[in-house]
Amino acid sequence: MTLAADEGLADFSNLLIYTAMAVYALTFVAYTAEWIFGSRSRVARTSSALGGAEAGEPGEAAESADVPAQRPAVVVRKGGATSVLDRPKIVTRSTTPERDAVPDGPGAAGGDERGDTFGRIAVSLTTLAFLLHLGGVVARTIAVGRGPWSNMYEFSTAFSMVLVASYLGFLAFRRNVRWLGLPLVTTVLLDLGLAVTVLYNDSTQLVPALDSIWMMIHVPLAIICGALMYVGAVGAVLFLFRDRYEAKLAAGGKPGRFATSVLERLPSSLTLDRFSYRINAAVFPFWTFTIVAGAIWAENAWGRYWGWDPKETWAFITWIVYAIYLHARSTAGWKGRRTAYLCIAGLVCFLINYYGVNIFFDSLHGYGGV
Amino acid sequence: MADQTAADETAADQSADDQSADEAAATGGLSTAPVEEPETTTAATGSFGGPREPGARGHLAWLGRELLGWARWFWRQLTSMRVALILLFLLALAAIPGSMIPQNNASAVTVEGFKERNPGLSSFYDRLQLFDVYSSVWFSAIYLLLFVSLVGCIIPRSWQFVGQLRGRPPRAPRHLDRMPAYTTWRTEAEPADVLDAAHRQLRRRRFRADLREGGGERGGRAHVAAEKGYLREVGNLVFHLSLVVLLIAFAAGRLYYAEGGKLVVEGYDFTNNLTQYDDFSSGPFYDTDDLGNFSFTLDEFHAEFVRSGPDLGTPSRFDADVSYRTSDGTEHSTTVQVNEPLAIGAERVRLLGHGFAPVVRITDGQGDVAFSGPVPFIPQDQALTSVGVVKVPDYTNPDGEPEQLGFQGFFSPTYNIDEVRGPHSTFPDPDDPVLTLTGYHGDLGMDAGLPQNVYQLDTTNMEQMVDEDTGDLFRFDLRPGESIELPNGMGTLEFEGFERWATFQISTRAGNSWALGGSLAAIAGLAASLLLQRRRVWVRAYPHRDGHTVVEMASLGRTESNRIPEELASLAAALAPAAPMLPADPTLLADTEAGPGSDTSEESAAEGARS
Ligand code: HEM
Repeated sequence: MTLAADEGLADFSNLLIYTAMAVYALTFVAYTAEWIFGSRSRVARTSSALGGAEAGEPGEAAESADVPAQRPAVVVRKGGATSVLDRPKIVTRSTTPERDAVPDGPGAAGGDERGDTFGRIAVSLTTLAFLLHLGGVVARTIAVGRGPWSNMYEFSTAFSMVLVASYLGFLAFRRNVRWLGLPLVTTVLLDLGLAVTVLYNDSTQLVPALDSIWMMIHVPLAIICGALMYVGAVGAVLFLFRDRYEAKLAAGGKPGRFATSVLERLPSSLTLDRFSYRINAAVFPFWTFTIVAGAIWAENAWGRYWGWDPKETWAFITWIVYAIYLHARSTAGWKGRRTAYLCIAGLVCFLINYYGVNIFFDSLHGYGGV
Repeated sequence: MADQTAADETAADQSADDQSADEAAATGGLSTAPVEEPETTTAATGSFGGPREPGARGHLAWLGRELLGWARWFWRQLTSMRVALILLFLLALAAIPGSMIPQNNASAVTVEGFKERNPGLSSFYDRLQLFDVYSSVWFSAIYLLLFVSLVGCIIPRSWQFVGQLRGRPPRAPRHLDRMPAYTTWRTEAEPADVLDAAHRQLRRRRFRADLREGGGERGGRAHVAAEKGYLREVGNLVFHLSLVVLLIAFAAGRLYYAEGGKLVVEGYDFTNNLTQYDDFSSGPFYDTDDLGNFSFTLDEFHAEFVRSGPDLGTPSRFDADVSYRTSDGTEHSTTVQVNEPLAIGAERVRLLGHGFAPVVRITDGQGDVAFSGPVPFIPQDQALTSVGVVKVPDYTNPDGEPEQLGFQGFFSPTYNIDEVRGPHSTFPDPDDPVLTLTGYHGDLGMDAGLPQNVYQLDTTNMEQMVDEDTGDLFRFDLRPGESIELPNGMGTLEFEGFERWATFQISTRAGNSWALGGSLAAIAGLAASLLLQRRRVWVRAYPHRDGHTVVEMASLGRTESNRIPEELASLAAALAPAAPMLPADPTLLADTEAGPGSDTSEESAAEGARS
């Protein structure tokens, strides 16, 4: 049974969320400072890689290397004083070999020391804000005595919390994703702002229809999947910019100064594309499970596992769009821009399902509580 | 296919400049995806028949060839990946209108309301079946085509895959350095020893590895060909097959189901046969003789509501204590809760709603009991303000003539009254229950043979009761235990108390366990197909003219994964004891280190230079 709401704790939760928002705002400033200071560095690695395309053409290199044994064979570790023999060097090629040579950008700080300092401060602030955010969600959970995801306010706060958690998780696993910081914190601020103003709801009760173990599985999974899909889509959007930039350079064009400054510091289009794909591929089975869990719950509560309710329909549409995305990638051999659009379309469907259906549609899933 | 390896052998024989064919053979079948037909084969449509011999027989033969050709062409199109993508896209698109336009299957009442408000638009929608999107011809056509395409895709792929399992991993392409991940080094170990070690190493890592002799006349050099990750393909096939299972389960559920609703007052029974249902629907293949043989009694219904805080008045608990009897005559007691249906045989009994049933007792003009019992009232709001009617068909008026009585009004569990809303309830628990009714006498119209809604009073042939003293309409409030004299000696009405009632849905549906099994298999298959990597590794070692042995390793994965080069790096490292590296020619070394592809990221060991 649900506990009676503890209003003091609920207020404390709100306080924590507001504090987290303040820290996120500072984080936003710090990330921005990182980008601004980073713009002083002038490393045009991309254009040199693409500009010298003829020389670096791997196809031709291979053509000339009739005797593979004459190719470079051993990596010499640069840190070592003398040439220490290490492992054999792995040469990789992708399906877009002309882009293989493009190195990843140096990151927002662009090698600038002040920029890097701000970047580090920003990461620390993100961590602090996340802890406050987490505290807010946990306090709310205890206050209401159930999962913190039963109305749109709670769903939104949990959503952005998972968003930040996944970002910090990538960082913790030493993935070079600091470039995600600014777009993510911007999103989190918008999302929390919307949550505390428009969507705020101090309802604590769970009506019996929602009180199910499947809700404990279905909803948090949906939140986690949605947050990761969001991260994947941010990767896809940045990919689109970066890809155009590289294409322009390869064609001998000269992108604008601002575009150059920003895009030069992002990872290469190849890296961004893979980043986005991997997230989406990993999320898809979980998203499928989310839908199945919802269907099992609907079976228990309403006597049918699938009824084409708007919420169900849009979950289905989202699922199909991601299936198209994966298909297109793995079988039709689409890479790059078109699949990036599909990935963004998938996220848009998810958001329509979440905001659109709760607010505008007449759905059985009426826990919106707007 | 089974002759995959044969194709590889021939590929290996081909001249060195036919490199793309060589590579295609090495890559072939790594994905069981159908190879897209080059456009030229499809461009030749319209002339499958070829030359036409004179005479009717020639004509017929030509027509046959032509039709067969078209059928083949159509089938190839339908099962192509491109069409599958288009159909998937159409399916997503076609699902959208159903989420925006009210649907008959969800709520026919909403559809009726919509039609009344937008008559013109509705007839247009009707013609396009937009009120029944998910059973419409066009929606069905899309998903049926998709599933035909799916089956047409899976079956050949399964065969192809079985062939691959029986065959050997394909031979190495001549130019290993063209593979997505490649490495090479020089060693002083003997080529045969290096290959042996590589073979052992790969087997230890559970690759399917094959030591290939270098045939003199073949021109190919000895190498190890290995492959791993077949489970990915299995997963993929399982996933697509499960989708078919899901569709069949879904269709079965549409054809064979029964679903009925029943309102049961505390202390009353329900027996599972057609006549007892308030409403009932079933699929075309369902025979009502299939209704399970059971009955149950609603012993007691418990509801609890929040009494303070922001959620004042929202429910926190609904329990229905029931005792049920199955066909073998045993009796059981249990509690049915929302979300926790009771399973009796193939049927599920679900708790859907609840409300109050005031118990009234009416004596007629002769002093005889004309009516006695609970009358379910239907809740109108969260606080359970309920409306209902009491119909008394067998009544004798003070003059001894048969007449009928009807009452309609409200039951308010926690009574309040104000100017705007009139009598209403402020809380769903019976803190201050009041029954508010007005009375009618005359003809209820029940004998006309038309089915009547038990919750509505047809007052066309009835006269409203009037207070004999004031001349006002006769309207009264009663609390439990109270009774009132009806005007003009028409008798008395006693509000004895109230019971709770609950509505139950009793349903059965074919294919539920298949749907569950199918979806779980689909998830498992998906996980295997997306998280596992299928890849091939080749190791070649041969003597070089300067006296050393050259070792070449390459790997090829289904997708561009970091893990493929990482794995190659670790395989190469594992092979190093058997084939210790010689330092490279320093001049060549400088060349690469300065290259644009030199990588400074953490993963550099695996990523390596990209050029
Ligand atoms: C009901 C609709 C379908 C859905 C939801 C669906 C979904 C998927 C998914 C999620 C994957 C995994 C992608 C990956 O391996 O990266 C996949 C792979 C694949 N699907 Fe489908 N699919 C459907 C219909 C079809 C149809 C109609 C065909 C054949 C024409 C098909 C052929 C394939 C192939 C060949 C693969 C890739 C196998 C490989 O990667 O080696 N699918 N599908």
